[in-house]
Amino acid sequence: MFDEAGAAVQGALDAGAEYADARVVITKTETINVQDANLDRYDLSETIGVGVRALIGSSWGFAATADLSPAAIRSIGEQAATIARASALVPGPRVDFADVPVHQAEWETPFEEDPFAVSTSEKVGLLIGVTETLKGIDGVAVATGNLTFWDTNKWFVSSQGHRIHQHLVESGGGFDATAVGESETQRRSYPQSFGQYETGGYETVRAWDYAGNAERIGTEAVALLQADEMEERETSLILEGSQLALQIHESVGHAIELDRILGWEAAFAGTSHLDLARLHEHRYGSELMNITADATLPGALGTFGYDDEGTPAQRVDIVVDGIWVGVLSGRDSAALAGLPPGGMVRGDGYNRLPMVRMTNVGLLPGTGSLDDIVADTEDGVYMATNRSWSIDDKRLNFQFGCEIAWEIKNGEYGRMLKNPTYTGITPQFWGSLDRLAGAADWIHWGTPNCGKGQPMQVAHTGHSAAPGRFAGVRVGVKG
Amino acid sequence: MIDHRELADRTLDLVDGRADAEVHVDVGVSALTRFANSFIHQNVAEVATTVGLRVATADNRVASSTATATTTDALRRFVDTTLEVATRQPVDGAWPGFGPPVDQPSVDHWDQATADADPIERAEAVRQFIDAGEGLSAAGYCQTEARHHAYGNTEGRTASGRFTTAIIDGIHQTEASAGSGHAAGRSLSELDAAATGATAARRARDGRDPFDAKPGDYEVILSPECVATIAVFLDVYGFNAKVFQEGMSFVEIGADQFDPAVTIRDDATDGRALFTGFDVEGTPKGRLDLVSGGTTTALLHNRRTAAKAGTDSTGNAAQGAEAWGPFGWNLFVEGGAASPDALVAGVERGIYVSTFNYCRVLDPKSLVVTGLTRNGTFMVENGVITDPVTNLRFTQSFVSALGPGNVGAIGDDARFADSEFGATLVHAPSMHLRSWRFTGGADG
Repeated sequence: MFDEAGAAVQGALDAGAEYADARVVITKTETINVQDANLDRYDLSETIGVGVRALIGSSWGFAATADLSPAAIRSIGEQAATIARASALVPGPRVDFADVPVHQAEWETPFEEDPFAVSTSEKVGLLIGVTETLKGIDGVAVATGNLTFWDTNKWFVSSQGHRIHQHLVESGGGFDATAVGESETQRRSYPQSFGQYETGGYETVRAWDYAGNAERIGTEAVALLQADEMEERETSLILEGSQLALQIHESVGHAIELDRILGWEAAFAGTSHLDLARLHEHRYGSELMNITADATLPGALGTFGYDDEGTPAQRVDIVVDGIWVGVLSGRDSAALAGLPPGGMVRGDGYNRLPMVRMTNVGLLPGTGSLDDIVADTEDGVYMATNRSWSIDDKRLNFQFGCEIAWEIKNGEYGRMLKNPTYTGITPQFWGSLDRLAGAADWIHWGTPNCGKGQPMQVAHTGHSAAPGRFAGVRVGVKG
Repeated sequence: MIDHRELADRTLDLVDGRADAEVHVDVGVSALTRFANSFIHQNVAEVATTVGLRVATADNRVASSTATATTTDALRRFVDTTLEVATRQPVDGAWPGFGPPVDQPSVDHWDQATADADPIERAEAVRQFIDAGEGLSAAGYCQTEARHHAYGNTEGRTASGRFTTAIIDGIHQTEASAGSGHAAGRSLSELDAAATGATAARRARDGRDPFDAKPGDYEVILSPECVATIAVFLDVYGFNAKVFQEGMSFVEIGADQFDPAVTIRDDATDGRALFTGFDVEGTPKGRLDLVSGGTTTALLHNRRTAAKAGTDSTGNAAQGAEAWGPFGWNLFVEGGAASPDALVAGVERGIYVSTFNYCRVLDPKSLVVTGLTRNGTFMVENGVITDPVTNLRFTQSFVSALGPGNVGAIGDDARFADSEFGATLVHAPSMHLRSWRFTGGADG
């Protein structure tokens, strides 16, 4: 497919582009949805196409097609250049491109068990078995299970000489139980809300032991209907790892995207509360806060070999001892900001313009364990598994809801509490981080549904986290 | 461009009697010109073809698949794989089968000039939006789309249709405020990019130097964008028959759940509507009244939920949405008689909201939602808009928001309005609501 990508690049260059790159992408996706021990949906999709990016002066153009005939490929390259020329009718500053070494390379996700080679009946059977267990629990109204697998081959060619082929394998899923009361619903999910996704094969699904956790999850969903409502107050908040991962995603990951900071996403996703002039000065959180963007973490969902501009995957410090020191960037945004390119530009399939996306934006672990944190908490609440998330366009003002909580009194778990929520302002919240569990509780949580861009793009991102504690947080916000 | 009807027929022929099957083909061009910092920074176009195939074996083992490749060899592999995978599925005990032949409504929401629109025309619309806010910083997009759909199944049901859409959407910004403008419809030429940009610029300028309003219960004037988001949440989490059958919907058919001023329908046949007149199961879409004068009257069905309820599908199946269930994408919230100025004049003390942001459901059954205001929030005092307000967080049941007695008046300004789930799904007016719960301000 290098030839097809190269022909698209040549089409753009011949039409006047100063720079062009192209990706031929083949993505195979298998989706299995089971509800109440019945197969709701089995879907196998395969998309094949080429997307071309052309730069003329200050202006970009991008065009994509699923038609890989020679004439169509050349034409789509020309169209990208035509669009770039039209962009120049409302021009901006000249686009500079940060230098990166030109690579000709192959890269593949390490995996043990090809998820597409595992029998369909085994995969469907796993979910039927789990949802049967859940439905066998008195009070569970709806039980669903989901698995999704992606197998992606990308051939990237640029007019600067890049020729990179990558084979990415991603796997994951989960299940949930819903109990329905008179005027409310309560849900519990496993391994996390929307499931847990990683780079790797079917071994990643086996490792989570769905069957061994179904009884507990279903029982908790039913018990929540009878649980006490969380009262509104300020207290110590202990977050389970997957909820802390989403907190990182929303209040750090998006805020550090350089395109947002530069205003490129202002109308839709929003901007950022961060000011580049305060890089290396701004206190993002307490000294326990150390964040990296690391696209090289084995098994994490945001791991790859090269981004969609041909820049090698790398680890970048984002927050060190609570001080903001880094951003997520691509070649053009980095050049504009005078920073080194971070290799964090990816497109959703062949037909979307690559843009700055999170890789694995994670919080480095602390010391001790969740049990140690609970034992060290006189008065507080422990919340687990996300149920709702909302944050403003500058990534400052947030409110999250979780599926379940327990009060903590004198170092021990107390009552189960339902409808737990907490709210805060990003720097104050992170500034209140006063305990963080260690490496034994540190998990590469995956977010398979990060939306951004127009047209909408969905990215797969990773967020490593261990449970942590925050002081003086407002919890129990009611409608 | 590929012939969508021929592609659907060719795919169905390749099934060759080995199973029951349905094919849905989507062929089209979509293009989007995006601007930020008052210049075009992203500009894309896509020529796309998607073939969706669902097969059911004689003993009701079902599988679906989608593909972008269209050569006959590729399609043959695609069909063979789908058939082979289906044989390895468990029997679907609730399989409703494919629909019989049916007359399709005469729906053709198409504008040839929009289908032919080029990047220069989109750039011109962008320039007009930007120029309407001299001295401000603009961001947003102009999109045109032209799509052809074809459906066919082994029962003999067929349908073909086409549609165009056009959108201009954006914000103007000062150093410390932003205002939004939005216009959408079938035709790019009918959208007034300059007026849309002027609305955004006025909101941005009026929004300078906002103060922090104290959270609490307020009367509100909601723009069409906010009402559209309420409507689309009622749609997906309430009128959706799947969530109703799971016991997770607020809906009580025949109950007066809403204010008598509220009427909501799903109607692909309305002269202003967008999209085709049938769903991915080839079921024709007619007019379906969901709320009539405050009374909840209907649910949205696909073939599976309809079979379970012993009724007919309403034509609301969507590609790949089996897990979500059916939903409406031709929603009309009926407009009222009050001008936007008259809505404001009727409020002694309240808050005007231009758009919602990042709305998420806390509980699906009560439909309590949290979100924020964005791009223009203003105090209303003694019938006039006074000072700008910093963005507020709300935590509010969307059902109660439109509940009996809570709707003060409805505007005469209904139009296609942007919503949390998309820009062309809901046609909605402004509304005056007597109570709305804000639970947080700028300080959290």
